[in-house]
Amino acid sequence: MARPPIYGLLAEFDSPTALVEAATRTREAGYTHTDAFSPFPIEELTEALALRPTRLPLLILIGGVMGCLGGFFMQWFSATVDYPFNIGGRPPNSWPLFMPVTFEMTVLVAGFTAVLGMLALNGLPMPYHPVFNVPRFALASRDRFFLCIEATDPQFDRQRTRQFLLGLHPREVNEVEH
Amino acid sequence: MNHGQQQPVDERSGTALEEPAVPAPPPVIGPGHTFATVTDKISAVVLTQPTSKRWYLGFCFATALVLILLYSIGYLLAVGVGIWGVNVPVGWGFAIINFVWWIGIGHAGTLISAILLLLKQSWRTSINRFAEAMTLFAVACAAIFPVIHMGRPWFAYWMVPYPNTMGLWPQWRSPLIFDVFAVTTYFLISLLFWYIGLIPDMATLRDRSQSRVGRVIYGILAMGWRGSARHWHRYEKAYLILAALATPLVVSVHTIVSFDFAVSIVPGWHTTIFPPYFVAGALFAGFAMVLTLAIPIRAFYGLEDFITMRHLQNMAKVMLATGLLVVYGYLMEAFMAWYSGNEFEKSMMINRMTGPYGWLYWLLLLCNFAVPQLLWFRRMRSNVAVLFVVALVVNVGMWLERFIIVVTSLHRDFLPSSWDMYYPTIWDVLTFLGTIGLFLWLLMLFVRYLPMISIFEMRTLLPQAEVKENGQQTAPGQHSTEGK
Repeated sequence: MARPPIYGLLAEFDSPTALVEAATRTREAGYTHTDAFSPFPIEELTEALALRPTRLPLLILIGGVMGCLGGFFMQWFSATVDYPFNIGGRPPNSWPLFMPVTFEMTVLVAGFTAVLGMLALNGLPMPYHPVFNVPRFALASRDRFFLCIEATDPQFDRQRTRQFLLGLHPREVNEVEH
Repeated sequence: MNHGQQQPVDERSGTALEEPAVPAPPPVIGPGHTFATVTDKISAVVLTQPTSKRWYLGFCFATALVLILLYSIGYLLAVGVGIWGVNVPVGWGFAIINFVWWIGIGHAGTLISAILLLLKQSWRTSINRFAEAMTLFAVACAAIFPVIHMGRPWFAYWMVPYPNTMGLWPQWRSPLIFDVFAVTTYFLISLLFWYIGLIPDMATLRDRSQSRVGRVIYGILAMGWRGSARHWHRYEKAYLILAALATPLVVSVHTIVSFDFAVSIVPGWHTTIFPPYFVAGALFAGFAMVLTLAIPIRAFYGLEDFITMRHLQNMAKVMLATGLLVVYGYLMEAFMAWYSGNEFEKSMMINRMTGPYGWLYWLLLLCNFAVPQLLWFRRMRSNVAVLFVVALVVNVGMWLERFIIVVTSLHRDFLPSSWDMYYPTIWDVLTFLGTIGLFLWLLMLFVRYLPMISIFEMRTLLPQAEVKENGQQTAPGQHSTEGK
């Protein structure tokens, strides 16, 4: 597919309410390649943009289970197979005493999975992104709310989409360069 | 990147909140704020406010203490632990007292950031960032002590399981190895939690910084964060799950620290109440430290709108509650010493109350039991000066508690012939002061270069952050006046 001449159209809004309403109407108009940008998380956008639930919790669960099993295996292997030695007559596999380290390893691996997994699924770090080309986008980290319809959207048309966005009463609409 | 500051947005300076005479629960954020003023006010401390003379003075003072710490540790490495006051019955001394004290202080940071988040206590928002920073720095100070106490600290890495030519493994059945894992995990998870909270604020600083260096450094730290709804969605999940992981972690850490004592057979240590009693003590000490830091910082940087009386009062209440739990621990220790009928336990307790260190025990009860009772009174809780003094007293009290646990349990053990007294030397004291300096040093760098209050979470506290149901854009007051 040929690269569209621009990345998309970016509409700027004043309040989270306006953004959620605009996102809902954009979805109802049939646009699918959209994204919203806000200075803080807005729960309602999940529904407004029809975002799919994230796989992150599953990944974290897998990470935690691996940390747990790995942590226990490390201690069991070292204490019973690789280097068994008698401490106060306790059995080599004295599993109750292995619990603290097992627990800490569970939390450690699950925690790293949570953060690294979040970054990876979000595609971060990503130093360059086309939306940064719009000078006013700097306000997305302060007090403005943006809605972007990407040019790859099957319904996208430079003029008609612009008219559609203007109909949502934004502060302004900007073209996003690549 | 091409970011320009565009078109000044109408600024509404937040009017300072007047302290009501009889405080009905004050709000968690001062009135009259908008997304823009919250952002500007917090980021201004980092970006635009000139660094004050007082900051430089404080920083020089902290740096001097850090140099003392480095000198004390250097001398210790050259000469050995003989420069400390530790002797044969009292082998643990200041190093372990300070380790437990610092670790405990860290715990309030996690409680505020994780547990109060899960309990949906929105007042935590303005204090969680620096409480988390406090956790990190306190754990860093704590970790110094067991390492330099080892005698040959250059072999500290032997405690980590790594493939080695000696074919050895750590001793998994020892609480001291539990400690290595617990403290390391605690530090790393606290660091992750702190950093993940900083990412959106780093993006704010990147977009608002006037200097190129600032834009580059904050830009790297922000990792290209752009506030996308998809990103926020995963971000919130990750943050919440991390909080859920940190909650049992913080309990496990001080439990494991208490195992260092409780798993031994020394009278005064060998008791099952230690884990919960240590955790409560940690929260008590930690909240005292948060108050000790929050009160001067909010006055110094004029953040009374964000760290309101409600925060201080709530922290005072938590301090009172955890303090009572700790006092229950003292009572049970004494009761069990008597009820067990164990001669050694009994003589340990009598020695603790009336022996050569007895005056410290009564001073401890004054600090940790008597003085915090002032917090029952609303008039006291709403007096900032009283809160500050009570918090300082509790900091001292919790340090005394660890001194008493370590020293009075060890200095008179089973055989009178091996009894001895423990006195710290100048190097013990200087090393301890040095870690206080390191803590302040890190904290001062933090308030100067990073947003000490979570900006994005503060935005969510504003009434206009709420999405109105039927699309009515009437955030009453400020919002609708901003141009259309």
